[in-house]
Formats: sequence, C-alpha cells, structure tokens
Amino acid sequence: MPLDLESMANHCGEWLRASGPESDIVISSRVRLARNLTDFPFIARTTEADREQIEQILHARIDALRAAGKLPSAKPENELHYVDVGGLEEVDRQFLVERQLISREHADADGARAVVIDGGERFSVMINEEDHLRIQVMHSGLDLEAAWKEINEIDDLLEEQVTYAWNDRLGYLTACPTNVGTGIRVSVMLHLPALVITRQIDKVFRSLQKINLAVRGLYGEGSQAMGDFYQISNQVTLGMTEEELLAKVADVVPVLLEYERQARDFLIKESQETLHDRVSRAFGILRTAQTISSEETLHLLSSVRMGVNLGLIGDVEIPTVNKLFVHTQPAHLQKLAGMELDQSDRNIERASYLRRHLNAGKAEPGDN
Amino acid sequence: MQCQKCDKPATFHITDLVDGEPKEVHLCEVCAKDFLSPLAEEADQVVPEMAGLLAQQLAIGQTAEELAELDQRVCPVCGISFLEFRKQGRLGCPHDYVHFAKELEPLLVNIHGETQHVGKTPARGGGNAEQQTQLIRLRREMKEAVAKEEYERASELRDEIKEIEGAS
Repeated sequence: MPLDLESMANHCGEWLRASGPESDIVISSRVRLARNLTDFPFIARTTEADREQIEQILHARIDALRAAGKLPSAKPENELHYVDVGGLEEVDRQFLVERQLISREHADADGARAVVIDGGERFSVMINEEDHLRIQVMHSGLDLEAAWKEINEIDDLLEEQVTYAWNDRLGYLTACPTNVGTGIRVSVMLHLPALVITRQIDKVFRSLQKINLAVRGLYGEGSQAMGDFYQISNQVTLGMTEEELLAKVADVVPVLLEYERQARDFLIKESQETLHDRVSRAFGILRTAQTISSEETLHLLSSVRMGVNLGLIGDVEIPTVNKLFVHTQPAHLQKLAGMELDQSDRNIERASYLRRHLNAGKAEPGDN
Repeated sequence: MQCQKCDKPATFHITDLVDGEPKEVHLCEVCAKDFLSPLAEEADQVVPEMAGLLAQQLAIGQTAEELAELDQRVCPVCGISFLEFRKQGRLGCPHDYVHFAKELEPLLVNIHGETQHVGKTPARGGGNAEQQTQLIRLRREMKEAVAKEEYERASELRDEIKEIEGAS
C-alpha cells in the first residue's frame, strides 16, 4: 500500500506520544540492525542493476511476510507502507528524515532504494542505505528491551527468507567495519535542558565517551544538539552480545535521569523566578510570534517542555510539545501547508502553526 | 624532532595520504589531535570519522613504502583496492573481510577492542560462502566484459552465473 505523506503529516508516530516509561526525559528508545545479502557486493560496489535486484528481492520477501501476517506490527490498522525513496521529491525525502524513518544518507543517495514503514511508525526497514538492510524499531520512552524483542523477531523472520552475509569469526558483515559483528545500534533520545543550563552537560559527555558510548544531537550523525536533545548509543558492535550492548546503554540512563532531575531540583530551589521567567517567556514567544526560525523554535520548545514537566506551565500537554518539535521542521510545514515554501514563508507558517497549537481554546487576534 | 606546526617536540609520526601519495608528517600531541580529527564542515559525515580512525591506526609503525604497497592490494571478488576502502571508509563485499583480514584486524581492535563475534547467530548459517563470493566475482567480470564489448565472454559468464543460481 503506498504511503499518503499528506495524511501522515497530520498524525504523529507512536514514539512521540510520551506514553512510555520515563517519557518526561527519555523521548524514545531505538534499536537498529544492519544486514546485507550475501550474494551481492556491498552498496559502494553495486551497479544500478544490482540495487534494483536487491530492492526487488527484499520487497517481495517483506510483502510475503506481511501477507502471511507474520510481521509483529502488521495488524490491519497498522498497514505496511512501501515507499520508493528514489522516486520521491526532495521535500518528501526530507519529510521522512524529520520523521526519523530514514537517514539523511538514505535520502541523499542515488539509485533504487526504498523504505518499508508500519502504520504506527514503530518500525521501518531501509533498503539500500549504507547496508542492503537497515531495520529500525522505535518506542516511546525508555523501552529498550521491548524494542529489541520486536526487532529480533523481525530479523528472525527476514533471516528465514534471505541469506545474510555472515562470517563465523566476525558475525554479521557490514559495509563499514564500525558496524560489524552484531550490526546493532542501541540508542535513547534524552531531553536534558537542566544539565545544559547548569553547564554540567560537557562533564556528562566526557564520562559517557570514557565508557565507549557515543553522544549525538537530535538529527543523528555528528549534528549539533538542537533543543537540548541528545542521543546516546553504543559505539562497539563486536565482541559483546546484543543483550550486553543493550544493557550498556540501558544501565547509564537511570544515572542520567538522576543527574537531570537533580539539576532541575537545583534550578527550582536556587533560582525559581529565573527559571519560571525563562519558561514563561519561551511560551509567550511561541504563542505570539509572527515569524520564527526552526532553530529558535527548538530552543524555546525545549524550555516549554521542561516547564510543563515541572508544573510551571499548565495548559499544554507533553505529547503536543513533542509533536511540535517534529511538525515545525521545514518539510513537515510544507506538507502541512500543501505547498512549497521558501525560508521566509516557512518562518511565517511555523509561527502560525505554533500559535494555533499552543493557543487551543483561546481566541487569538489576527489568527484564523 | 620538532613538531611541524609548533615548537614542541614531535611525538606523533603520521603517514598521511595526499592525492594518493603517502607523505610523512611529524607533530606534537596537540597538533596531531587537530590533524587527525575531521574538519568541522566534514563532521556530519561518517567517512572522515573512518578515515580518522584509519589514520590513527596506520600512524603506528607503518612506513610510507609499506603503506603504499598495502594500498595496491585488490580484492579478487569485488575489485576494490585497500586504498579505495581507506578513501571511502566502506568495504566492497563480504569477502573483503577475508581478503583484507590482516589489514583490518588492528582497525577492528581500535574500534571494538575485540575481533571475535559473540552475539546472535543466524539460524540458517551464512549459506555457501564460497559459492556466493563466486557469484559476486562473476557478475563483476560480466559487467567488465560488457564494458569492453567482449560479448562472447560475457555470455559465457552469464551462463556460469545462471548455473550457480539454479543450483542454489
């Protein structure tokens, strides 16, 4: 079933609903597996014909699994969507990146490539990314074990259908040696505004790097942390079991939660007025601005999110704030508006979208 | 020896590749760190990260001549050279892990600290590895034959591929 991006833009993925454990601070838990078919070269050495063949094989196998009702999330209400990424417009590819369903690299690549997405946006399978297959499962809050269980089942099902590139000594073989072995990347997305305000975040990063965990910003690989969101993930993929790697990431999360909560308590105790002022000003700007950049929006939404969690703001819910982080990104705004917008029009549209969603139930002069 | 970028003693002796030509660089610890870390504008790419790791690994104990020799090695299955791998940070086929095993070992230790997989094992095993590498090689040779307009050779190769695919 093809995917209707316009209608998708109006909804949000399950991982944004803040329904999982610790979802005041942990936005999402994600597990991904990198896999390759054994009788094709890795992507860097494939021809266009190879990539088409790989896509056809995987498309057919995934379809067969769906038809047999075997894929865990493929309930009737959660129809699987097959998206030909190579055939999409740039804005639609960007939309899937903002949605965290494909990577920037996959969006920008050449040739035949696709993504399979379940209706609840809990799992997606990228075909012909850096590896032939990149399977991803994403849950709301701190829920790594459930995400691993689900992805492991999907992997087992696919493994019955195709032969993966494998070596007894090195495990699953991947295009980049940084993924070889388990091919697993376990990550949690955390919202850590108080650690940023109290300037303790660098110390936290240094200690995470010492135990071989990678820290990245909101939109993945090397990007600057935006809106105080940080993604913590394993760096090692070889020489440890999937469960050990899962535990390595999971074990550090309660410590980070504790630090962030202590920092929030400290701010409340030591400078409540300043904090309250910061949060209220942020909320005020977002509710009244007539034009606003993506960067400023992320920055201000971060303060608002913390304010809601601390009970300093009452009339907005966390799932709404989570949704706004994604829906105010450039491609989302354009899908929602149903037209292409240049940067200055996007800034106006973004401000209007924020006003509509943050002033619900309140009459706002000049807004329709 | 003095660092090439400042006055401190050079403690790092790095073999850098400039347009494919190996060149020795002598730096102090601080300048070496700058040198090995990717440029800010490249920081959002994975490739320079890999290249950085490789540079660190190759900085230890390899001479320019050894490195140049190493770079010429080519995988018989997918045709990628070690130099190409170093430049793009991506391997060409599953067989590279066997063909470049010795070269990759220190890199794997550098990244993972281990060289032995202990996690999940596919229920069906890896299939017939030899047959599969043969398929990749034959497909590549067929493509090359077509490019050289050697159609008779290409059709022989196509038959060979069909035979293997039919048997599996």
